[in-house]
Formats: sequence, C-alpha cells, structure tokens
Amino acid sequence: MSATVAKDRVETPFQRFVSEFAESKLAVAGFIVLVLIILGAVFAPLISPQNPYDLAQLDIMDSRLPPGEKSASGFTFLLGTDDQGRDMFSGILYGLRLSLLVGIGSAIIAGVVGSSLGLLSAYAGGRTDSIIMRLVDLQLSFPAILVALIILAFLGKGVLNVVLALVIVEWAYYARPVRGTALVERSREYIEAAECLALPRHRILFRHLLPNCLPPLIVIGTQQVARAIALEATLSFLGLGVPITEPSLGLLIANGYQYMLSGKYWISFYPGIALLVTIVAINLVGDQLRDVLNPRLRK
Amino acid sequence: MTTWLIRRFIQAVFVMLAMTVIVFVGVYGIGDPIEILISPDADQAEKARAIAALGLDKPLWEQYWVFLKGALQGDMGRSFVFNEPSLKLIAQRMPATMELAITAVLLSIILGIPLGLYAGLYPNSFASRAIMAGSILGFSLPTFWVGLMFIMVFAVQLGWLPSTGRGQTEMLFGVPWSFLTWDGIRHMIMPALNLSLFNISLVLRLTRSGVRETVLMDYVKFARAKGLSPNRVIGVHVLKNIMIPVVTVVGLQFGSTIAFSVVTESVFAWPGMGKLIIDSINVLDRPVIVAYLMMVVLLFITANLIVDILYTVLDPRVRLEGR
Repeated sequence: MSATVAKDRVETPFQRFVSEFAESKLAVAGFIVLVLIILGAVFAPLISPQNPYDLAQLDIMDSRLPPGEKSASGFTFLLGTDDQGRDMFSGILYGLRLSLLVGIGSAIIAGVVGSSLGLLSAYAGGRTDSIIMRLVDLQLSFPAILVALIILAFLGKGVLNVVLALVIVEWAYYARPVRGTALVERSREYIEAAECLALPRHRILFRHLLPNCLPPLIVIGTQQVARAIALEATLSFLGLGVPITEPSLGLLIANGYQYMLSGKYWISFYPGIALLVTIVAINLVGDQLRDVLNPRLRK
Repeated sequence: MTTWLIRRFIQAVFVMLAMTVIVFVGVYGIGDPIEILISPDADQAEKARAIAALGLDKPLWEQYWVFLKGALQGDMGRSFVFNEPSLKLIAQRMPATMELAITAVLLSIILGIPLGLYAGLYPNSFASRAIMAGSILGFSLPTFWVGLMFIMVFAVQLGWLPSTGRGQTEMLFGVPWSFLTWDGIRHMIMPALNLSLFNISLVLRLTRSGVRETVLMDYVKFARAKGLSPNRVIGVHVLKNIMIPVVTVVGLQFGSTIAFSVVTESVFAWPGMGKLIIDSINVLDRPVIVAYLMMVVLLFITANLIVDILYTVLDPRVRLEGR
C-alpha cells in the first residue's frame, strides 16, 4: 500500500539524498551521535551542573576526585574532577563548545576563502590561475602542523589566532578541488548560455557556477571540520592553542597529562574520549556524504 | 635530465628563500622585533646597544639582507635561555629526533607493506576489514591522544614499557644514540610506533590499492599461467611494480614525520628538536624558534628534492617526460 503511494509521488532530490544516506547504519549512528554532541555543546550552560569557567564555583578541596565521588557539599562528580576541583563533565561540555566552534568556524571561513579563490582561479585562468595554484602547491607541500606552528609561534596563544592559523592551513584544501570541478562545469552549456545572456561575472560565478561545485565542497568541509578539531586539540595540548582560562578538549587533556602517570587517568581520559567520539562521528558522516554526493557512484 | 635537475634545484632554492621571507616577516613584521630578539631582562643601555648591533634602526629590506647573510653563515642569534648559539642547540638535539623519525619511517615500511599486501590479496576477509578500519583510525585520531593512551595502557596499567625519556644511550661518532642499548630500545618503542601510526596507515592503503590493481594485470596472469610459485609472483612481479608510489610517499612523508615529532616528543618527553621548540615557544626564546623553523624547512625541501630525483631514477617514464 505504502509502496504504491511512494511510487506515485515524485521523489524530491532531498528525499533521495536522505534515503541514500540512511543506507549505511553506521553513518546514521554517527549522525545521531554528532547531533547529540552538538546539542550538548550548544546547551552546555543549561545541562552542565557547574560553570567550569567561574572560579567562584570551584572548590580546591574537590580537586582530583575520581568519577562518582561526592563533593563536600554533597554534589556528585560523574566523571571526577581535575586539579582545580572542576567537574570534568561540565568541563568537557564547555570544552566541546570551544572545540566545535573553532573547528566549524575555521572550516567555514577557510571554505569561503578557498572556494572563492578556486572559482576565481578556474574562471580567470592565465596568470591569476597559475599564481593561486602555485600558492596552493607550496602550501600543500608543507605539513599542516608545521604551518600552524609557524603562525602560532609568532602570533601567540588565543582563540582567534588559532582560528586564523587553521584557516591559513586549510584554505588550499578547498581551492584545488573547487578549481577542478569549476573547470569541468565551466565548459558546460548552461554557463555558455549565462554568458550569452550577458549576465555580470559575479552572478555567473556565484549563482551558476558555485551551486554546481557544492557537492565536493560539502564533503571536503566535513573532513576539514574533523581535521581542524584534531589540529586545534593538538595545538592546545602543546600549549600553543587556546588560553588556559577557556580550556578546549585539547587543553583539558593536557591538564590531566601530568596526573596520568600517578594513575589519575580520568582527567585526561574522558575529554579524550569526547574528542575521539566527535572526530569519528564526523568522519563517519563525511564518508557517507562522499559516497552519496559522488555522481559517479550514483545508481 | 640535467636541465630538469637544475630547474628543480632552482625551484627548491626559491621555496627556501620564500620561507626565509615568511619567517623574517613573522619575527620582524608582525611582532615587535625588540621584544622578540632582545631579552626582556635587558636594561635601557643594553637595549640601545642591541638595537644598533642587530640593525633594527635600518630599513626593513636592509634588515632582511642582514638576517639572510647571518642565516647563510649559520648565525641565527643566541638563545636567551641557554645563552648559546641557537643553531648549535638545534644541532645537539637533532640526532634524537632523527633517530625517532627514521625508526618511525622504517616501522611504517616493515608493518605497512605486509599488512597492505594481505589486505590487497584477500580484500573480503575479516582480518582485511579490521586492518582497513584500523587504518581509518590511524588517519583520523590525533597523534597526541593515541600517545597518551599508549602511556596509560602500556606504562601505567601494565607497566611493560617506560613512559618518558630516551633511556640509556651509547656514544657513536660522538653522538648519543638510544638504539644501541636495550634500555634505549625499550624507551623508543612507544614513541616510534606513535609517530609512525599515520605513515603505517598511509603505506598500508597505498600498498593495498596497488596490489588490487596489479593482480588483475595481464603480466601477473601470465606469470601465474607460466606456473611460477605464488610467492614469486607476489614477491617479484606484483611487489616490484607497486614500490614506486610507496617509496615516493615514504620519502615525502619523512619531512612531515619530523614536523609531527613535535607532538610525539612532547607526549613522551623525548629530548629532541621538537621538545626544544615547544619549550622555546613557551618561554618565548625566539632565536631558537627561528633557527628551528629554518632548519625544518631546509630538511623538508631537501627531502622533497631527493625524492624527486630518486623518482626519476626509479621510473623511466618520468625521466623521458622531463626531456
């Protein structure tokens, strides 16, 4: 019954996208976990039992308590506390907030910069093209960590500096594939038609060319968010990333590192698990997106 | 071939020059060079003398020229903390990093190629799926986190391996090495494995896809039909032909392995250049930072150049194209 109804109705591209995405149970699980993580990060001030940035709420007597232990005031620490008596569960939620903000923010900015330059490169051609592409080559030949290290060594710590470093590291990953796709799309008839209509250049670029370059852009975007989160955590772990007053997951892990050797594993372990689950969930979603959005694999 | 080589060499020199400009602008343009290059403990008279000595009162292009000349002569300033030439400090720490990086690259070959070969020959077996899933984790997990987990499991919980440091070293050519003593090797296992995880995953995936493409080739079928033993077909006919991309990638990865050793060295307190640079950044010992960056970039460009040259030697098609 329902099958015949579905047959009569025309499937919209979005419905087809959803049903194709749902073919992989692992990707759906990743998506659900990711949504939960994002919700947890967004509503951290409502969910978390303690504001980890508010020093007045911290009690040094509660420091380094193992998971499940009660504080002097009768409050239970689900995941234990760190060396300042900070509830790890609250710390992780707030840390996730910062990690996701930095990761997604830098991926979006890098995506805008990188794809604009990629489009420009494909559309303008000639010298502009070769200058941009040589820059991309130079950038991609150096490992991300080295580029980020150079930038942060000079700029110093800070959330905005980390975002800037990540954007500089990532833009080239967007520019090259966007240029490739745009070069293919450029020779299609609809662009020719738009050019015959004498539409302004920016309109052709952003209204005609860009939407057709979107699928690879979305796939790269999800991968870059995961990479950015991992890189931010690494930089913060090394003490080059976010300042100590606003700990991201990487910094929480670094704070617990010295206590790990004495068996107090939870200070590092749980933020690490949160980081791991986030990265794996994004990668699961990203892999399935790549398969669904790839026209060559479409049935 | 010679023209190509010269062109490639000039290109490498240009990249190096570009990097000196970037590092120079980083030190002199973005930050306050007086604050960066002169110790904060210096008094007014010392500061004035240092400004004159460093030529900070001169125009920017002239300062760059002085910086470049110093760099070419191996003079990159003295460390504020150790009061020694910064390049000498880097050179002292370099063997430890090199030892770790080379071990990591060797590990990636020793483990990556057999695993990739297996996954390529039996793509549908359970073990192959496990290997491929593991390689995805190797790609996506942050190195420092894996390192911490190593310490937590193998050093703290099980107590099998030492968690930090280089262990007992032995002198060879006037340089201390860890791989010459059993204690040193025990100290090296975890950091080297940690550093090589990404490379293992990379080599494994390359080998796998290479094997899967190559076993379908006519010459492999012919070798089989000829009645050669499977070992010979795989070991000689298949493996030989997938080595070129693997060798290239391993070579190209050497530079990033050195760059990534910053992370591993910090986790395992391995006393190499990477540990030094992080410590230097934390105490704002800028001359050491500059010297490190120039050193790593130089290493990186040299490694890439060598790989490019090796590539043309290994693959005649590239050699002919370059003419």
